[in-house]
Amino acid sequence: MELQAVLMAAGGGSRMTDLTYNTPKAMLPVGNKPLMWYPLNLLEKVGFEEVIVITTKEVQKAMSTDLKIKDVKMKLDVVSIQEDGDMGTADALRHIQPKIKTDILVLSCDLITDVALHEVVDLFRAHNATMAMLMSKAHEFTETVPGQKGKKKTAEQRDFVGVDKSGKRLLFMANEADLEDGLSIRKSIMRKHPRMLIKTGLVDAHLYCLKKAVVDFLTENKSISSIRGELVPYLVRKQFSKTVNSQKLKDDTDDQTQEKNDGPLLISSRDEPLLQLAQERSCWNDHRGDMSEAYHGGKLRCYVHIMDQGLCCRVNTLAAYIEVNRLAPKLFEEPSVHPSADISERCQMGSDSIIGAVCHIADKTSIKRSTIGNFTTVKEKVKVTNSIIMHGVTIEEGCNIQGSVICSNAVIGRGADLKYCLVGNGQHIEPEGKSTKNSSDRL
Amino acid sequence: MADSGVIDGPGRKDEIERAKSEGKDLTKEEKQRLRKEKKQQKKIKEKKDDKASQENEKEKKPVTSAAPASQPPTQPTVQKAPSAVPATAPVSVPASEASVPADKPTKTKAELKAERRARQEAERASKQTKKGETGQQAATSKPKAPPSDLQPVVKRLPEHIQVDNPDVLKKLAKKLERQQIPLRSDYGYKVSLFSHLHQYSRKAPLTQQLSIPSTVIHPAIVRLGLQYSHGIVAGSNARSVALLHAFKQVIRDYTTPQNEELSRDLVNKLKPYISFLNQCRPLSASMGNAIKYIKKEISNIPSNCKEDEAKNKLLNCIESYINEKIILAGVAIAKCAIEKQKISDGDVILVYGCSSLVNHILCKAFEKNRKFRVIVVDSRPRLEGKEALRRLVQKGISCTYVLISAVSYILPEVSKVFLGAHALLANGYVMSRVGTSQIALVAKAFNVPVLVCCETYKFCDRVQTDSFVSNELDDPDDLIVTRKGTTPLEGWENESSLGLLNLVYDVTPPDFVDLVITELGMIPCTSVPVVLRVKNVDQ
Repeated sequence: MELQAVLMAAGGGSRMTDLTYNTPKAMLPVGNKPLMWYPLNLLEKVGFEEVIVITTKEVQKAMSTDLKIKDVKMKLDVVSIQEDGDMGTADALRHIQPKIKTDILVLSCDLITDVALHEVVDLFRAHNATMAMLMSKAHEFTETVPGQKGKKKTAEQRDFVGVDKSGKRLLFMANEADLEDGLSIRKSIMRKHPRMLIKTGLVDAHLYCLKKAVVDFLTENKSISSIRGELVPYLVRKQFSKTVNSQKLKDDTDDQTQEKNDGPLLISSRDEPLLQLAQERSCWNDHRGDMSEAYHGGKLRCYVHIMDQGLCCRVNTLAAYIEVNRLAPKLFEEPSVHPSADISERCQMGSDSIIGAVCHIADKTSIKRSTIGNFTTVKEKVKVTNSIIMHGVTIEEGCNIQGSVICSNAVIGRGADLKYCLVGNGQHIEPEGKSTKNSSDRL
Repeated sequence: MADSGVIDGPGRKDEIERAKSEGKDLTKEEKQRLRKEKKQQKKIKEKKDDKASQENEKEKKPVTSAAPASQPPTQPTVQKAPSAVPATAPVSVPASEASVPADKPTKTKAELKAERRARQEAERASKQTKKGETGQQAATSKPKAPPSDLQPVVKRLPEHIQVDNPDVLKKLAKKLERQQIPLRSDYGYKVSLFSHLHQYSRKAPLTQQLSIPSTVIHPAIVRLGLQYSHGIVAGSNARSVALLHAFKQVIRDYTTPQNEELSRDLVNKLKPYISFLNQCRPLSASMGNAIKYIKKEISNIPSNCKEDEAKNKLLNCIESYINEKIILAGVAIAKCAIEKQKISDGDVILVYGCSSLVNHILCKAFEKNRKFRVIVVDSRPRLEGKEALRRLVQKGISCTYVLISAVSYILPEVSKVFLGAHALLANGYVMSRVGTSQIALVAKAFNVPVLVCCETYKFCDRVQTDSFVSNELDDPDDLIVTRKGTTPLEGWENESSLGLLNLVYDVTPPDFVDLVITELGMIPCTSVPVVLRVKNVDQ
């Protein structure tokens, strides 16, 4: 077996609490499919047969009833963990360490992408890398976010990513929050890679290929709790550390404690003698101009594949959620109207709207650029534009909904006029209510 | 090698065609029957041809197609000796070998052509009559090394040089489909002289069409295929070592299924892997020989051997093969070259590209305190010379670096030329990186000795006299160069009359090579068939 897939679906969605306080993030509907269906679909298309899903009990229950997830043909091995939120992604990996037999591909449940996975995995295979990850050029979100008064831009922490000349080898990774005085790069790195491109406009897709030895390393180092926050920067730094590169490991007594910590990583990175021989005899080098051998003799290598075309989105904010609802349906060739929906003939429906199952759309309604979930009822003379309506919502007559997000089981009274609003789960909006840029999520 | 599927005789061909036309795979019984018939036919042919060799020895005169008339009368006298023939065959062979040089100058090209034509006629005739009439055949066959080669062989062309033939492509596609391996499609416009070869693009790797946790093909082989197609493992020795390492992993992970024998099943398991690697990058001669060796070792495993024992035995075989044929051979060649004063003080040695063996020799000579300097000649687009330069300078050898266009300028300074080889062909031609024949030619013009260093496991029994028939086409996009931000050749696919050609190998005739240094000693280029024959007899 070459790779085992691990899907992290226990995240809380801390940056979009309006949406997630009732529905777990993994089950939020995007284009009428649960969010975690998208990474599962990606894995299934590529040829995986088994996935280990790490999630909470709540999500596990919801998964067992959801039709789309039942459609997934892969074998899902669901591991449930406590929902107290203290367990980081690396802790979760440590938890399932007994199940891990080979190298792993870790995915986050909020990743929606159409990347050709072989690009990432090929880097991992060809260079015998310890880690390979996926990143994408970030796009600005243009839609107005409901519930936000004014165009308030939250101060996003930037990521500084340093890659080498070819754009594939990862040399440097740091978050703005960790850099207090400024960005400092070690001289040894500059000596080995004199040309480094530092990019800030990249989105980390949270898709990692990790060697099995990294999981073993995690079991010994219990201090690392998050893959993205701690493990990845650690591995990137370790590429150039002296203990990994020096040959005389057993002589220095001072380094022994260090060696114990890094033990599993180092053992994996010491190549077998035949591989060494093949590399010696091969006339290939990844760089030119200095006296060192291929990879500068480094055994630990981290690679990144940067996507510049195609969709790659992480749904962790409201703005991303709205954007993705617009784009995700275009990935699949599915009819925009579910066959079981009951749509009257005098309804004006735009071609980029999606209607879910068992919906009732009455006459004289106009639905443009919107997503309507399953079991929703839309009565007459309703105008829905640019909105996302989740499952089980009832919209009475004469409503005008623009640019809003209406969560499951809400009821919008007659004649209500909502502009850029966020209506929480099970909320009732009074008839003839007028709300603009309001977010009502309190019961 | 690609030519290993040689059809022995017309009878067997009929059998196979019959079975194929029936539309089902040959069952076990049919296979056994075929094998028996093959053996019988071989025996008949051996008798025929040994008669011929004996006749030729006795007569020792140039054999022409006019002679057949005189020979049938002498046949009955010789026919009594068929039983003694197989025993005497090996003995007669060296004698006949000795007679070959004597025969050669007396035969002209036209006579040889006529002989060949007569041979084909004879085959056709014997097919139709199905009698043991050997008159015409015996007359035209030249005494060649092993008795089996005396038969008029209709060699089947390997598929990798028939890419412009749609039938061959269809067959290949079917075979790959059966083995569940994706077909890699050719890329770009091919120059017409080389349109019979595959040309792939590095940007479209074969893994695009494979499932990601690859189940059909062992992950070690997928990794190896990727490394081949990206050029991370390049160079004849490196590729063979990496291949054997991957095979070791395959063998370690292998379990014999029920009702199957390891000796037969493992070979069948390896076949799709080899096709996959071939699709990633055409196999080299050294890899082909290594694969032949492994297949032989696997089939020689006795059936009563337990699985663990068998696996250990195979792993040890691989280890010893690498040790003997590559590592120790390299050491022996270096010793040979240094002790026989092929590298002496004050020498100026020219090397081309990056040959692991030549680099090894030079480094060892430097360690033994020989005073020499090296001129490294390099060529685009691979620029492998830079890597060779780095390795030599790291050791402390003083080097000069030139591009191949400056070879005639630099040659007056040079005292010896050391070249590495990808393979040595049976007619003495040296197959090596493109540009080697140029260097050998210029060196010959300047009367500079050319020494080729090659281990014996790279000797192959293929014959080639030009670089067109069988070669490898690399990715044409490698030739596109960016100068100061502009890439003039970027849209080359849109130009209908423009083709980019990126050849990998070329062949150097034996007249330009003065000596071949192998672990068996220093031999002239033309002794390659002798070495091959000795190896075959050993096995």
